[in-house]
Amino acid sequence: MAKKFICEQCGQTFEAASMPDKCPICGADTSKMKEVKSKGKGINTNSNVYTVVYASVMVIIVAFMLAFVASALKETQDANVANDTKGQILTALGYDKATINVAEVYSEKVQDNLFVDGELKAYEGDFNTTYGSLIKNGELHVFTATTAQDEKAYVIPVVGRGLWGGLWGYIAVNETKDKVLGTYFYHESETAGLGARIGEKWFQDQFIGKPIFGEDGNVVLTVVKAGAAQAENEVDGVTGATLTVNGVSAMVKDGLTAYAKFLSGGECPAEAGNEECQEVECEQTDVEQ
Amino acid sequence: MSKLFSNENKAAFTNPLSMDNPVTVQVLGICSALAVTSQLKPAIVMGLSVTVITAFSNVIISLLRKTIPNRIRIIVQLVVVAALVTIVSQLLKAYVYDVSVQLSVYVGLIITNCILMGRLEAFAMQNGPWPSFLDGIGNGLGYAAILVIVGFVRELLGFGTLLGYNVIPQFLYDAGYKNNGMMVMPAMSLIIVGCVIWAHRSINKEKK
Repeated sequence: MAKKFICEQCGQTFEAASMPDKCPICGADTSKMKEVKSKGKGINTNSNVYTVVYASVMVIIVAFMLAFVASALKETQDANVANDTKGQILTALGYDKATINVAEVYSEKVQDNLFVDGELKAYEGDFNTTYGSLIKNGELHVFTATTAQDEKAYVIPVVGRGLWGGLWGYIAVNETKDKVLGTYFYHESETAGLGARIGEKWFQDQFIGKPIFGEDGNVVLTVVKAGAAQAENEVDGVTGATLTVNGVSAMVKDGLTAYAKFLSGGECPAEAGNEECQEVECEQTDVEQ
Repeated sequence: MSKLFSNENKAAFTNPLSMDNPVTVQVLGICSALAVTSQLKPAIVMGLSVTVITAFSNVIISLLRKTIPNRIRIIVQLVVVAALVTIVSQLLKAYVYDVSVQLSVYVGLIITNCILMGRLEAFAMQNGPWPSFLDGIGNGLGYAAILVIVGFVRELLGFGTLLGYNVIPQFLYDAGYKNNGMMVMPAMSLIIVGCVIWAHRSINKEKK
């Protein structure tokens, strides 16, 4: 079998039965000659079979690794997500989630309800961490809670779309359901330093005390261009993140509109804005609780 | 020990910091330099994440380099990087949830960062694990340094803050100073990177 040799002078390789006296290419003597040992078990790493087998094995190994990691960690991750969601609800209520035991405070202060047929019923199922499809199906969650300032409040989950991905948030409204007590917004993948700033406290705190409905009973709470907020129902946006901010504005409007029946107090249509009607319904809901 | 820090290894680490900087000389990773530098904190986080991931994917590819079929080497590199980033982000999500929320935006940006692919292809495929590791750290830090410079300028002039703290005193605002909204726009980061490249090249011209 022919062996492979390399000449260190000219760098060429050639095949020969045994060590030659001189390089057949440049004529250097034997001392410059070296036998090239084939690597490993002598597999040709450029052959089609090797390439296909390598790719398949690699993909299978990586797939198993990822599947293993994902399933091994799923429980801890889900617990984290649930805990974080509770923290977000508490943030909307004015608590600082970094300094409290989230699970404990949540179970003490917050009650998960469903809004069915004009009244709130205690929700018995597992804690939800996403509300998008639920709201669409008419399954309206309302959290009754007390804020950090010991006020009675209702928390409403809202979902929307930003520039790059989903947005979500929680809006705490006061007992008479006409003013915002606090908000929490976050995002999947908005631009860091721009759109992502909707997750910061200064932005969310601007909503505190803002009215929800206008004279005509429609949602008027809106986010405008940074620095342009004039009227009582307007909130300053974020510089350089117009599309994200528009997303927040739409999310707040759509979210609150979806809960209009609850917020306006029962059977009253959102458009009615009839004070007498609202009062009666509010009393009713109070009694039911 | 002396072999571990031979001149060649030292060069693998120090060259990308300045003379062969991935951003200013090789002009790689510009897209992420644009995306995350409007404030200092995300710039630092991104720089460190890229450093860690580049170093470890360099090591893995360097260990595999003799077995990788030449024709699908880019795919193999990509799979290694993507798997590594995904596993790390899963672990963070399970054990340090807050950090993972902070990093969520960057995961996609890290995988597609051209510096990673560039170093894997140009260095790790030809060199052993230890020099590859140093090369990864060096390139990551070289990239981070530019990000931090750009982030520093943009946050200071765009928001008047550094790492979220106000640094421009109130009396300057009272005297009519205004934050420069242009700095917040992505285009401005390219202009700043351009200025950094300019400064870097004119300094290094004298050295050469």
